[in-house]
Amino acid sequence: MRRFVIGQAKNIVDQTRRRLQPHHHHHHNNLRLLSLLRTPASDSTPRLFSSSSDMSASDSTSSSLPVSLDSINPKVLKCEYAVRGEIVSIAQRLQDDLKTNKDAYPFDEIIYCNIGNPQSLGQQPITFFREVLALCSHTALLDESATHGLFSSDSIDRAWKILDQIPGKATGAYSHSQGIKGLRDAIAAGIEARDGFPADPNDIFMTDGASPGVHMMMQLLISSEKDGILCPIPQYPLYSASIALHGGSLVPYYLDEASGWGLEISELKKQLEDAKSKGITVRALAVINPGNPTGQVLSEENQRDVVDFCKKEGLVLLADEVYQENVYVPDKKFHSFKKVARSMGYGEKDISLVSFQSISKGYYGECGKRGGYMEVTGFTSDVREQIYKVASVNLCSNISGQILASLVMSPPKPGDDSYDSYIAEKEGILSSLASRAKTLEEALNKLEGVTCNRAEGAMYLFPCINLPQKAIAAAEAAKTAPDAFYCKRLLNATGIVVVPGSGFRQVPGTWHFRCTILPQEDKIPAIVNRLTEFHKSFMDEFRD
Amino acid sequence: MSLKALDYESLNENVKNCQYAVRGELYLRASELQKEGKKIIFTNVGNPHALGQKPLTFPRQVVALCQAPFLLDNPNVGMIFPADAIARAKHYLSLTSGGLGAYSDSRGLPGVRKEVAEFIQRRDGYPSDPELIFLTDGASKGVMQILNCVIRDQKDGILVPVPQYPLYSATISLLGGTLVPYYLEETDNWGLDVNNLRQSVAQARSQGITVRAMVIINPGNPTGQCLSEANLREILKFCCDERLVLLGDEVYQQNIYQDERPFISSKKVLMDMGAPLSKEVQLISFHTVSKGYWGECGQRGGYFEMTNIPPRTVEEIYKVASIALSPNVSAQIFMGLMVSPPKPGDISYDQFVRESKGILESLRRRARIMTDGFNSCKNVVCNFTEGAMYSFPQIKLPSKAIQAAKQAGKVPDVFYCLKLLEATGISTVPGSGFGQKEGVFHLRTTILPAEEEMPEIMESFKKFNDEFMSQYADRFGYSRM
Repeated sequence: MRRFVIGQAKNIVDQTRRRLQPHHHHHHNNLRLLSLLRTPASDSTPRLFSSSSDMSASDSTSSSLPVSLDSINPKVLKCEYAVRGEIVSIAQRLQDDLKTNKDAYPFDEIIYCNIGNPQSLGQQPITFFREVLALCSHTALLDESATHGLFSSDSIDRAWKILDQIPGKATGAYSHSQGIKGLRDAIAAGIEARDGFPADPNDIFMTDGASPGVHMMMQLLISSEKDGILCPIPQYPLYSASIALHGGSLVPYYLDEASGWGLEISELKKQLEDAKSKGITVRALAVINPGNPTGQVLSEENQRDVVDFCKKEGLVLLADEVYQENVYVPDKKFHSFKKVARSMGYGEKDISLVSFQSISKGYYGECGKRGGYMEVTGFTSDVREQIYKVASVNLCSNISGQILASLVMSPPKPGDDSYDSYIAEKEGILSSLASRAKTLEEALNKLEGVTCNRAEGAMYLFPCINLPQKAIAAAEAAKTAPDAFYCKRLLNATGIVVVPGSGFRQVPGTWHFRCTILPQEDKIPAIVNRLTEFHKSFMDEFRD
Repeated sequence: MSLKALDYESLNENVKNCQYAVRGELYLRASELQKEGKKIIFTNVGNPHALGQKPLTFPRQVVALCQAPFLLDNPNVGMIFPADAIARAKHYLSLTSGGLGAYSDSRGLPGVRKEVAEFIQRRDGYPSDPELIFLTDGASKGVMQILNCVIRDQKDGILVPVPQYPLYSATISLLGGTLVPYYLEETDNWGLDVNNLRQSVAQARSQGITVRAMVIINPGNPTGQCLSEANLREILKFCCDERLVLLGDEVYQQNIYQDERPFISSKKVLMDMGAPLSKEVQLISFHTVSKGYWGECGQRGGYFEMTNIPPRTVEEIYKVASIALSPNVSAQIFMGLMVSPPKPGDISYDQFVRESKGILESLRRRARIMTDGFNSCKNVVCNFTEGAMYSFPQIKLPSKAIQAAKQAGKVPDVFYCLKLLEATGISTVPGSGFGQKEGVFHLRTTILPAEEEMPEIMESFKKFNDEFMSQYADRFGYSRM
């Protein structure tokens, strides 16, 4: 740790000095720039004043503003995030208009199938988790006798246990930048119970949702456009957006739709070689398992091949495992990449692996809490220190998200007061999600020109729509991507919001959309009907 | 062993260059000592609840109810929650689509942004538009988002005060931009001299840097000064002349410990100046729930308000915010509560006022005890902490101490602070982490230790310092300065 702290004094300005004064390397005066800047005005100053006042006098359009579209970071302009893009903006406008203008639309509500946000669609939180959070939010409750009538006894015990792990029981204090140690212990124990291999709490970095962890890793890995990250296509656009923001290159590998979105090692090799031939150094491989938007669950054998590939090619494996609790088919099971690597006999020295987990998904679906963690293994201590440093600039992740992340990895056990209700709530949600996935998948497969792989896991269906040429021409005339054209028509006709496949990228010339399986069960029949009717009329209008 | 993708050498250089002293060597050593059983007084971070400040009761009640909304259906809920907290919880839940467990709009809940806009309007006397207010996971996230939009490459410079809160230097490093420092004048109570600014900008420009933004921290961190209205006018005029966007870090606006210069927002001063400036100068103001008498650091709640930022740029900022999906919802509710606290006549009003006044008045007394304490020490001088949460005394280190530091391979103020930590358990941050003039050394402490412990802390500081100064006393006088 010492290495980057020594010389604190100089480093703030040292860097500036280096950049500003490339010809003065030999000056070892740490604060040289500062003293330079403080020397009395040189003869160049009047010229500068006049030039700047000219500027303010001559130009008052927005292009002269310090922050305008012409002058913001081009990487910001370049990045895209379709999950909350144009279609969602249209949907929000429609929703506002519906309040006053109900009769103008053939539907009476907007159904958001664009984003994995279960509680916004009526999914109830797990009672035990929320009891503990309420008690930790207002700890004075623990001293009230009436509390025992309102809360389960194990939630009270758990809240005490958690508060005892927080210095001063202060849930309003910044924590260690990796997260509260006691909570990381619980998470590590949960990982160990899941995988059967040891987990170290010092490897856990708690984050505000999984996304900041992904950003942090991209920041470490990417120095320029010469650094590449292998990403699945289709992919969750967090990856493309984060790579664009950090100025790196996305190296695509295509999932094979025909084999249930299979991940082929030969494709990884091909794309890696292709990238190398373009002068790109591939640094990492991102795998989303279960898949988003594609919903496949990788087989253990496939995962072993991925691990070997990363080991052989010296790639960091970025394992997005946020849907680990969302598996809906009996023939598939979630295996963490860490477990797979360890069961192959690969330890810390063999492979660099980052596993991301979130409290936004699973059966808990606590998106608004922004909780998550990454487990970082197989890095040297000097790299680990850098990860810690970057984490520390943001101080820490939010404490209720941290508490919830620990609860998710250490839920009630048999014999606990809340165990039965916890299991009933959990299984109720997961079995309902499984049946919704099945119903929607079957309905989609019945549509003309539509094929849809089953959602083995995660929260999405990603059907392929074989769009007629006439529809593609109409989309081109409207200057929209054909799948976006379809999705907008769907929204305007039914109020159903889905995300065009182009937001996730897809094999050129194929068209998809992503639809969550999250609307409550009683809404599913109406969604199926509206979707079916819409699709039929769309095809009637555009059939070749 | 196969080659590693992420060894130290191949890391992004911007990451390696970034420094963040608030959680650096001193903090790590303090944590080690704490593990060994030594009593540590953490004054390194403005983290009031960690030092025993109790959270305000009312907001915690409201948020607890929002965490467990099923309580609202329980007929006995009134036994442990006051009616106004219950009503407020229902109000905030009605602003969400799915309670605390659903992502909100990426800019934050529209209803809370409206409450923030109303607060700004009440504070400044000028309208505020909720569409130009984005809620964030703490103010730091907002600063990072904005700097990310501003900085294109190392030719883009950001004017930052020195001493500064290292969030700015760290973020500028991470984003690969250039920090253009301007000095605060310690002998002028950390005043900001616009002539210095002009020189800083001219100098940077002559070296090919495009200076794009200016940061002010008001009240100051680590320096504790409150900017005067006249000074803010000069700064805004300067930003207008030089075409700079002003980033106003106003997170300590509730923390004022003197009456001559109450907090005045940059937005109000800008609006007071009228057209054309009020329509031209681009301003982004930051606020948080972590500071003030709230001190809810662990919630990670904040906002920024944009003034004179063109709509299409606002859309880009929105897009980047949307990649992070949404700020955490419980902190958004804390923010709503902070900007619309209980009103006279509400059941919880008296308690709320008692608690918040108690905290602020005690902080004011502690600011005094601390700065007086420092000024009674040998070779230490300290400006009064007019606002914020920190004292930033100058330590006039004898050259023998500087020699000893060099031998130990330490920066002199790091050397001093480590010795202080080992001797007293007081965990501070060396001034070098914030930037300071050459050959001048400081440390930063918060004024947050409990009031009753304060005299003892200052006594043990004085004892350590005076012994240190005797041990390293030069033959001819104490200081190089």
